[in-house]
Amino acid sequence: MALELVDIHKHFGRVRANDGVTLRVEAGELHGLLGENGAGKSTLMKVLSGFHEAGSGEISLDGELLALRSPRDAIEAGIGMLHQDPLVFLPFTVLDNFMLGSGTNDRGIAAEGLDELSDRFGFSFDHDTPVRRLTVGERQQLEIARLLWLGARVLILDEPTTGISASQREQLFATLKTLAAEGMIVVFVSHKLEEIEDLCDRVTVMRLGKVVGETRLPVPAEQLVEMMFGKIIAPTGRAGSSTGSTTLRLDDVVLGSGLLNTDATSLGVSEGEIIGLAGLEGSGQRLLLEACTGLLEPESGSIALGDKDMTGLAYRSYHEAGVHYLPAGRLEEGLVSGLTITEHFVLAAGASDFFVDWDAAADRAAALIEEFSIKGTPDSTAESLSGGNQQRLLLAMMPPHIRLLLMEHPTRGLDIESADWVWTQLLERRDHGTAVVFASADLDELLLYSDRILVFFAGRVIKELDARQTDGDQLGHLIGGRSVA
Amino acid sequence: MNDRMRRIGLAVLPIVLAAAVAVLLLLAVDAPPLRSFNLVWNGSLGTTNKLADTLLTWVPLVLAAAGLIITFAAGLWNIGIEGQIVIGAILATWVAREVPGEAYFIIPATLLAGMIGGIIWGLLAGVLRVYGKVNEIFGGLGLDFVATGLAVYLIIGPWQRAGVASTSGTDLFRAEVWMPEVGGFSWLALTIAVIAVIAVFFLMRGTAFGLKLKAVGANNRSAFLLGIPTDRYMLAAFALCGALAGLAGTVQATAFHHKLVPSISGGYGFLGILVVLLAAFRTAWIAPIALFFMALSVGSTQLSLRLGLDSAIGGVLQGVLVLFALLAGGVQAKRHLGKRRVAGATLVES
Repeated sequence: MALELVDIHKHFGRVRANDGVTLRVEAGELHGLLGENGAGKSTLMKVLSGFHEAGSGEISLDGELLALRSPRDAIEAGIGMLHQDPLVFLPFTVLDNFMLGSGTNDRGIAAEGLDELSDRFGFSFDHDTPVRRLTVGERQQLEIARLLWLGARVLILDEPTTGISASQREQLFATLKTLAAEGMIVVFVSHKLEEIEDLCDRVTVMRLGKVVGETRLPVPAEQLVEMMFGKIIAPTGRAGSSTGSTTLRLDDVVLGSGLLNTDATSLGVSEGEIIGLAGLEGSGQRLLLEACTGLLEPESGSIALGDKDMTGLAYRSYHEAGVHYLPAGRLEEGLVSGLTITEHFVLAAGASDFFVDWDAAADRAAALIEEFSIKGTPDSTAESLSGGNQQRLLLAMMPPHIRLLLMEHPTRGLDIESADWVWTQLLERRDHGTAVVFASADLDELLLYSDRILVFFAGRVIKELDARQTDGDQLGHLIGGRSVA
Repeated sequence: MNDRMRRIGLAVLPIVLAAAVAVLLLLAVDAPPLRSFNLVWNGSLGTTNKLADTLLTWVPLVLAAAGLIITFAAGLWNIGIEGQIVIGAILATWVAREVPGEAYFIIPATLLAGMIGGIIWGLLAGVLRVYGKVNEIFGGLGLDFVATGLAVYLIIGPWQRAGVASTSGTDLFRAEVWMPEVGGFSWLALTIAVIAVIAVFFLMRGTAFGLKLKAVGANNRSAFLLGIPTDRYMLAAFALCGALAGLAGTVQATAFHHKLVPSISGGYGFLGILVVLLAAFRTAWIAPIALFFMALSVGSTQLSLRLGLDSAIGGVLQGVLVLFALLAGGVQAKRHLGKRRVAGATLVES
């Protein structure tokens, strides 16, 4: 038995989330799907589980062509998907959740089914416990049991290890190995190199919507890193490092969100210095950026801008002190859908007057559109612009004097021309004394533009590197969580 | 041009459909359609007297709708507007009963009191939303019940008519408090409504305040990152809407009923939500749409008086029209959904 996807295309507007993906998964081996966030893994799996309909392409299971228009079709075809957040109903009991979607109302039969599956995999459930009281790991187990009971022959797991404990992870992996050994098709989706290496027999790597390689495991980690991030050609060593006074100073800052806590981090950033934050998505980079802009209050430690202690102050204070934050989500955390370019410039300028001189504002917008070569008119709305032009607009909206610029993925999704342009702008700011801290998944970018690189792994800065003395291999290793001498 | 024609077509289509259904409905209850339409017209806008009546009911509706334009712009469903109208009416009533003075003093005083009442009630919903994280729909709905309860308590309790505790309302206000009329037209109320609509129109279209409010409503997170104090703007939206709702309550009390009654809001708050939705959040459209609603509502009483139809027929006609307009809007939205979904999905992916 084998699952085959042939030439799957799925576009969202201009974004080619899946651009001709072909993938074959044999029964009996654990197949990993590896790639950075945004590589198109989740889209592919959503196509496979009927959640999205593919633009074109064919899916077949055991030689039989499938038409998947809804998750129900997928389940009926024997394809079960375990979502990152298990799809359980929290107030319902274990047994109720188990029975959902099965079409049977016989609690006795369902209870037997659940017990049988639980015995097989060493799960233990109390049928009448509300699922709310289960841990995320237990909810996953329940979901796996449910999918198997529904007759799944293919099991897809989308980033299943987020939010579960180490022992639950072990148990999950053991279950998956058993299932694969029993002849089931198991696809394990992850951006975590180590897990794929631990668990899978074979891995397919995706990047920018395409399959870039497939190999049997084990292989040397560098090979996977190279597939994930592309061939690293960054020249090492670059001009211009700074000796200015300190702009930002973090002392033993401990940060925490619901999912991730960071270890105590200390960092000093000088005027005109560029710091790159490397690491797999969600390793703590965003927490650090949010702390530096007042959006996340540190649990302990102190933050200072220049000589001024900013610990505990709100975003507005940071904003007024010359800190500018540009998160990755350009349309969610930066621009406002529905508002025009002119309106964005008016908002960005602070708009202190009650009445706006709209003619003057439109003239100013036209001038800035020209200066920043944005493809659009003063009346274009933010969401009608392409990603590159949205980024240009965001940069054009920045106030003239910024002390500290914090950015997430400055060039993600941009073509080369736009990406170069963005960095020309950023370097110009740098030359005028702005300190830049940016997170990126692009190793070239990190090596080419940073003075120093902080490598994050699981909430910890595991290494601080001088970008001039670092090469792509070393960085790739560190990102994967391996320490290199 | 072609696009424009299509847009006009899409706007007219539901009206044609609704008119067709209205004709069928009237035929079904054995009412001659043309005569019925004529009766509605004459009973609402056709004669000076009726026009004055219709316009007086139009005022509170249009005030409520104007206020809701502001809260909707900020992304808020101000369901609490009914309560804001009621509290406005209660405070205006208190001034009318307790404060002595001539008309030139007492009328502005009641208006001011009404606005303050509405602002307080609006801000309460706002504070619950902004600081208590209580969804404004639930908070507002709760506050509506409290306000109505308070009105009923005052009417059968402290403000009961001499000798009788009845829910029919308080004693009539003294004549100085009544809003002035000329030839049956309550000119002051009308002026207030017209000024309110124009003010809201320019507030939302031309000012930095309106722009920031729109940004807060369309994307709270982006607005916050742009340095807009989003909490304050949401509170301001509640306060402004409350003020206009309070004015509506005052008009209801001092120009229409001339006393406080339990159902003082007249349902104009909820109806105002419908008007704003039908106007697709455009200020310029609320005045004619509100007028149409009120004309149908006032005029259809003639159908029961003259043709012996059930008095519910006006409401049914209103409902049919609203459904068709919303349906047309829904169809349009569905066409655009493809595009929007694309935008949404792009975000998820990146």
